[in-house]
This record gives sequence, structure tokens and C-alpha cells, in this order.
Amino acid sequence: MAQLKGWKEIPIAGIILEAGNAVEYRTGGWRAFRPVRGEAECIHCFQCWLFCPDSSILVDAENEKMIGFDLDHCKGCGICARVCPVNEKVIRNAGTKLARDDARLCIRIVEEGRVKE
Amino acid sequence: MSRFEALTGDNAVAMAMRQVNPDVVAAYPITPQTETVEFFAEYVADGLVNTEFICVESEHSAMSACVGASAAGARVMTATSSQGLALMWEIVYIAASNRCPIVMSLVNRALSAPINIHCDHSDIMGMRDSGWIVLFSENAQEAYDNIIQAVRIGEHPDVLLPVVVCQDGFVTSHGMERVEVFDDEAVKEFVGTYKPRYPLLDIEHPKTLGALDFYDYYYEHKRQQVQAMENATGVILAVAEEFNRKFNRNYGLFETYCLDDAEVAIVVANSTAGTAKVVVDRLRGEGLKVGLLKPRVFRPFPARELVEALKHLKAIAVMDRSISFGAMNNAGPLFLELVAALALHGVRVPIADYVFGLGGRDILPREIESVYRDLLRVAESGRVERLVTYLSVRE
Ligand code: SF4
Ligand code: SF4
Repeated sequence: MAQLKGWKEIPIAGIILEAGNAVEYRTGGWRAFRPVRGEAECIHCFQCWLFCPDSSILVDAENEKMIGFDLDHCKGCGICARVCPVNEKVIRNAGTKLARDDARLCIRIVEEGRVKE
Repeated sequence: MSRFEALTGDNAVAMAMRQVNPDVVAAYPITPQTETVEFFAEYVADGLVNTEFICVESEHSAMSACVGASAAGARVMTATSSQGLALMWEIVYIAASNRCPIVMSLVNRALSAPINIHCDHSDIMGMRDSGWIVLFSENAQEAYDNIIQAVRIGEHPDVLLPVVVCQDGFVTSHGMERVEVFDDEAVKEFVGTYKPRYPLLDIEHPKTLGALDFYDYYYEHKRQQVQAMENATGVILAVAEEFNRKFNRNYGLFETYCLDDAEVAIVVANSTAGTAKVVVDRLRGEGLKVGLLKPRVFRPFPARELVEALKHLKAIAVMDRSISFGAMNNAGPLFLELVAALALHGVRVPIADYVFGLGGRDILPREIESVYRDLLRVAESGRVERLVTYLSVRE
């Protein structure tokens, strides 16, 4: 962590003068679950990117590919897995309820510490 | 340069607000509000001010709107009273912590229950630790003068704190008095234009206010508030000096009346100080060395200056128009703080507290006289018989 400043050195009232500095705050440490890529192939529709509340879906903009998760900031909410249309398709084809860490999914939500990568 | 008008305390404050012409006023006009907002709404309707007047749905929202507008960079004012202030509570703290120099007129009235809309100081005493600068006013004139000075005090770059200007409910707020109203131009010139330090509407420099602030920095921001309060005393005096010069007044941290050569004195704020002056005159006529100290600035508490002004006395009575329930001897807050100040500075003048006038109970000259007569006995014996007296409560 950066050196903490004294009260005379910081702006009053906790005002943040630098726009977009939330990126410095590693919210990933709060996570109890994490998103992991599954077996089903991603179609790079960017639905997960659109919906992730923490801007934690990593994309290769040039080649228009979803490439993974920013685990420094991802809070493990699982929204990406819920909005993923491939997940939807896998579940429908299975004809039965799937556990959210089922290996067949495109984005799986796995309990922290139980990830086999 | 000025004219005299017959105004109530509420109207005098509205008049000052009209002359200050703030950017935003947000208020919730229902009892226990004050007529100030009603008068001000008329000025808005008549096009006498450029103010954006926001009629909100509760006092909580009123203070919230004030904080938002102030953060945006506006000069903001509001008015409230009693329960209205109580409903603002959460945001009252936020206004101070966000360093929003909002100016609020507060008509001091009792808090429920039982339901009572009359004068006492329970409302202001509840917010005494919230980080606002607190000014008392004896009459409509002082309320008017204090509102104008409050704008400059709060907005001073070394302060940047909200300021609340108190006056007594009904006694001052609804009583009509002769008030000297300065020329609009003179007031405008005195308050100047507000140059906010971090206006959120400065879109060239995007910033965030009110973000999460944990154990790593919250404490430092509180320390900054302490500094602002420390700076406030000097700023209040400097603003008063300029005001006194321009408008021929005599404001300081407190007012003394026949105090220099007095042997005993009462310390009392707001309108009762006016009544006490009449009693002082009468007793001085009898050759009794009685005096008065009327606090003007309650936050920041001018401990050193108060002690300096009171240390020569043989007995002091504080008159408190509220009770700090469960505090030492169930005394009033003004007493407790003054006792601490005297002790801290090693001054051992016998001192007693007189709680009075709760819920608008009248305080009569003969009751104040009885306090002075008590004090004269204490001065003689050197001993306080009863630390806290609930004046004129029926047994
Ligand atoms: S789990 Fe939530 S925070 Fe993490 S990548 Fe998915 S949507 Fe974003
Ligand atoms: S992971 Fe799912 S939602 Fe995200 S881009 Fe791939 S298919 Fe779309």
C-alpha cells in the first residue's frame, strides 16, 4: 500500500480530485466466489462486459474478444454468468438445473479456494 | 446607508437572506418551520432574488438538497426549527463533514415529546457536536446582523463550515421590533461573491465528494474539521471587526454588560439576556455590583476568552434553556462546558446552573432577580448551596 498521508496533505472533506482513481482500490479482496471459464465456447457477445458492475471483464478490443476477468477488482457477484447467453443455452440443453460451478458452462461461478485452473 | 423597519425576527432573517441573494434555498414549509421561509418565498415570487427555491418533501431532504447545492458550488441558505432540525440530523453532520458553508437560520424551540412548539434551546444543543459554527442572537437585529456575518464566516477559505444562527422561538421570531436594515448594496458588498474551492459543477476538473472513507483516512478528515473550528474563532472576530466598522456595531465572541466591575454575573444566551439587562439596571440602581455575559459564539466555544472575562467574579450563574439529561447533576450544556473551561484554567469561582424556560415557560424579571440575589449570597458565603436549580418549576 502507498504511504499514508497526514491530515495537512490531503484535500478537505475526503474530496477526490483525481477522476477515475477507483481503479487503485483493489476490491477483489472482498470476493467469496470467482468467475472461471468453463467448457462451453464463448461467442464474444460482450453481454458480460456490458453488465459487469465492476468493469472486470477483460476484452481484446482490437480483435473483439472476451479474454478473461480482472480479478483485482471482480467482486464475484456472478452477474456475468447470469447474463451469458451461452450459459443459458447450456442450461436449456441439459434439461435440468445445473450447479453454477458446473464445468459445462461458459462462465462458472466457483467458491474461492476451490478453483482448479 | 440604512433604514428602520418594524420586523419580526423571522422577517428580519428573510430580509437578510433577500439581500444576500443566495443561489439556492431549500426548505420544507410546515410547522414547526418558521415564517422566514414564507417571507422568502414571496421575495422569490416577486422576482426580488435570483435564488433557486427548492420546496422539498421533508426537512431531511431540505438539508440534503442544501448539501448537494453547496457541493455543486452554490451559496446556500435554509431555515428550520425544533423537530424540523431533528429530522435533518443525519444530514446536519454530513453538511459539516463535507465542508459545505451553508447558512441556516434556527428558531430555537422545544423538542417533542410532549408536543410543544415554544421556545427553548433543546434543538440547538442537540447539534452542538455536529461540526457547525453556532451563533446566538438576542433579538431580531442581532439575528439579521448575524446572518449577514455568517455568510462570510462559513465561506472563509480557512473555515468552510456551515453556520447556524439562533434566535428564540416566538419571543424573537414572532415579536415585532425596530430593526435597522442596511442598504441592499452595502450588504451585497459585504458578503461579496462566493468562490467555492471544489465546486462539483466545474466539469473541467471532475471530482468526487462523499465517497467511502475508512479507518485509513476518515480520522484525518475529522482532524481537518478540528482545524477549521480552531481557525473559525479568528475569522469570526475578523468578520465582526469589518462588520462593526462598516455598520457601526460592536460584535465579538460575546457581549458583556456591566461586567468589568461586577462581583456576580449571569451567563445567558439569546432573548433572556435582554430581560437580564433590565434586571441588571434595576439592581445597579440599588448599588449592587451585578453584571451579565451574553454568549454570541457557542461553537467554537471561546473557553479562554470566557474565563478571562469571568475570572474576577465572586459568583457566576449560568442560565440554561435546556437540560443535558443524565449529564453531571443533570445540568444544562452551557453550564457544563463553562465549568470545564473554568476548571481547566484553574479559576475557582463558585458557579451554579439555573435551568429555565423549558417549552416556552415565561422567564420573568423577578426570577432573574432571584438568581442575582442567590448569587450575592453565594459571593458572601463563598459556597454554592445548590448546583443546579430548575427555576420556577412547580413542586
Ligand atoms: S463476477 Fe461480477 S464482478 Fe466479477 S466479472 Fe462477473 S459480473 Fe464482473
Ligand atoms: S462469456 Fe458469455 S456473455 Fe461473455 S462474451 Fe462470452 S458468451 Fe458473451
